[in-house]
Amino acid sequence: MEIVRSHRQVAAAAAAAGGGGGAGALPTYKAAPQLEVRLEEFELFAIDRLRVLKGISDGLSRGKRPEEMEKLVSELWKTHMRHQDPAETLNKDIISHFVLRLVYCRTEELRKWFLSMETTLFRYRFRLESPESQRMLMTEFQLPYKALPHSEFEAVKDKLSQVARSIGQSANVEHVFFKVPFEEVPDLVASRRVFLSKGYAYVAMSQVVSLVVTQFRCNISKALALTNRKWTATIKEQEKDRLTPIVEALSNAYFGPDYSQPKDAVDISLKDIDQLAKSSFPLCMRHMLDKLRENHHLKHGGRMQFGLFLKGAGLKLEDALAFWRAEFSQKIGSERFDKEYAYTIRHNYGKEGKRTDYTPYSCQKIISATPGVGDHHGCPFRHFGEENLRAALNKMGVGGHALEEIMDKVKNRHYQLACTLTFETTHGVSCDSGINHPNQYFSESQKVLRAKNQTMESQSQSAT
Amino acid sequence: MGRDDEPVDSMDIDGQKQQQLEALTAVQRGSALTISESTMCSGKLFPYGDFFKWLCYGNDGKHPGCDQSYVGRREFSLTLENDIYLCFQSFDNATELESSIKEKCPFKIDIGPVYSVDPSKHHAYAQSGNNVFVPVERELIFDIDISDYDDVRYCCSGADVCLDCWLLMTIAIKILDTSLRDDFGFNHILWVYSGSRGVHCWVCDSRARKLSNEQRAAIADYFRVYKGGENALKKVSLAGPVLHPFLARSYTDVLRSFFNDKLLLNQQLFASEERCQKILDLIPDKNVASELHGKWQGNRRSSLSKEDVNATRWDQLKTTLQSGKHKTQGLRRCVEEIVFSYTYPRLDMEVSKHMNHLLKAPFCIHPKTGRVCGPIDPNNCDDFDPAAVPTLSQEELESAYNAKLQQSKNSLNS
Repeated sequence: MEIVRSHRQVAAAAAAAGGGGGAGALPTYKAAPQLEVRLEEFELFAIDRLRVLKGISDGLSRGKRPEEMEKLVSELWKTHMRHQDPAETLNKDIISHFVLRLVYCRTEELRKWFLSMETTLFRYRFRLESPESQRMLMTEFQLPYKALPHSEFEAVKDKLSQVARSIGQSANVEHVFFKVPFEEVPDLVASRRVFLSKGYAYVAMSQVVSLVVTQFRCNISKALALTNRKWTATIKEQEKDRLTPIVEALSNAYFGPDYSQPKDAVDISLKDIDQLAKSSFPLCMRHMLDKLRENHHLKHGGRMQFGLFLKGAGLKLEDALAFWRAEFSQKIGSERFDKEYAYTIRHNYGKEGKRTDYTPYSCQKIISATPGVGDHHGCPFRHFGEENLRAALNKMGVGGHALEEIMDKVKNRHYQLACTLTFETTHGVSCDSGINHPNQYFSESQKVLRAKNQTMESQSQSAT
Repeated sequence: MGRDDEPVDSMDIDGQKQQQLEALTAVQRGSALTISESTMCSGKLFPYGDFFKWLCYGNDGKHPGCDQSYVGRREFSLTLENDIYLCFQSFDNATELESSIKEKCPFKIDIGPVYSVDPSKHHAYAQSGNNVFVPVERELIFDIDISDYDDVRYCCSGADVCLDCWLLMTIAIKILDTSLRDDFGFNHILWVYSGSRGVHCWVCDSRARKLSNEQRAAIADYFRVYKGGENALKKVSLAGPVLHPFLARSYTDVLRSFFNDKLLLNQQLFASEERCQKILDLIPDKNVASELHGKWQGNRRSSLSKEDVNATRWDQLKTTLQSGKHKTQGLRRCVEEIVFSYTYPRLDMEVSKHMNHLLKAPFCIHPKTGRVCGPIDPNNCDDFDPAAVPTLSQEELESAYNAKLQQSKNSLNS
């Protein structure tokens, strides 16, 4: 791809250049296309595609179901990427993808996010394609799986039917199945959506999406690693006056603060924690503090989620050690605490081992946690049963109509919206940006309370 | 492992222990291990040769096409006294392993993955940050701990275990072993007693060792039914008009009979108000639940023996739920959900998901119980009794050693 300031080539070259897909509609991004791109388009195309990816990210964290996601992707694509001329659309599609590879190849976290969103985008666009187009794409991904011969199909027909019914589909609707090593379809195995026998998964045509997407993901993942090497080795330096500043600005613009270095956070001290919990902690963290005070213990998942939150909120390492020791020593003694737990806390602050300064978990990560026996971490709006959640919200002072609204959001799996509503109810202000990080909840809360204090102060001053 | 404990003759400790341990190690089937008559004990009697032979998977330099570096890239972790952890240890042969263990006397040995390069040199590679030091092979492992079932067993809690609740481990072995073979096509599966309150599973097929983290997570999720932390009341949810063939088979072949014939009585699941309530809480229809509650309140005064109470109430519950009278959503699978809640295996997901997770080596002695972490035959797992597992206490060890020493001294002096 050559980036120029002058007039651009016509986009028809794109399809022919190996970046296009079978029917020309859904590219697989195997190779960078040989065309020229204007510098302005470089940035604009990327921004439009980022709008699509960000929209997908929001949809996922709101727990949207597959049918809803399909609709969302279709709308996002139409709004931001579609052009009257399909050749132009394809042009923009390919260019924006490759530009974003440059932007998002540079750290592990960026790569993970980009990979996840692009894969999701591809998955739903694939679902929206026609069967012929889908079949051509399968071929392009070199999935050499032959359809199950009739005799074999008859032998396992009942089991296949049973699987279909177990996932809420009608029995005996699908007749084309593929026999695939189970390693190739991990998500289908994980959700028990396939029949397994002797190491093979029996995959329905409709599930083939999963196969294709896994390959797609794998290809992009490898490509990102390569791009990162190239970037670090040559491109970054070569382009330091032209593309590099744009690339760096793009990734910062679309990644929310990660709270790994509390910027405007005031240091919080030990004695403040209980008070702050009541006034400014989100429910997930309040709950863990309560349980910690009650049991003088938290299991690993809880220690990570809560400990990193406290760090992001401004609790210093020495105070953190004192805090956890004060609780744990009541159950296991301070000597055992120092031996068995202090190391992990220091590790979280980047003072041990690989010395990574760990980042507090975002809502998306917390919601997708899998708390098990004895665990108290996770997102209460997702992981609590209804009764427990109502009780917990009551304790926060949330009741009546607001409580019902929140429970309604929960029923529809809009966990972050539920938390946002909780914030709005308890603080008496609206929160337009929505909550997507516990530390964001905390700092927004503190802002509101400080503003209230200032208002009160200035009122009392003017009153005198 | 249903042998009776042989009486230990203090004059012949060495010989007796030898026999017991030989019997122990002679029982394994279909696993990649071949243990000979070597006895085991951490430090002095550990089966170094065979242990190493297992972990070589044929890369032992004796034939062309083998990878000489393979075994030296396997991570071991030794835990010493005073909580000193020696991670990223590696050994090129059994002799090196043996001398390291004898010199350092660890009370626990953990096995990690086979890395891309020698783990003991990992510092050099970590700097380059280019994913040069990564795990490349690792057995597929599972860890099942009885304390994860504390909410459904009344006989013991925490680290204690008895034959009544050990049934839960037997169930887990049966279900997982069958599925690993029939569904996933694995053949080389080693089940090991963890030494105190659980079991470990090592799947050693080449295909299993090469699985990625994502694939391991997928298998763990396939097995996962029990979900939810402390605050979700109902932790087993079997949605859908029918069960997936794997779950259906598990239910019909194993779970239902263990629940009906053994656990119901052993654990006295309906014998008290509290225990009944716990089961009633799993019924999504509150009317049905209170109807049953009312029935059982009434029956309390009749002089039924403890046996009758559990079986009777369970029958009543099943009849009510399966009568089809109540059309509430979620009611149709309720009986199965209750059975699954009380019996279905609960895996530690984190252990299975990551290639670099360390797991205690088989054939060690458990540091707290002194029991040997020996193999369990999945075909005979009903007979396994954790209390009957031989132990080697420090005194027995020392006295066996001293007896040998005295013998040799005597023969030298004469």
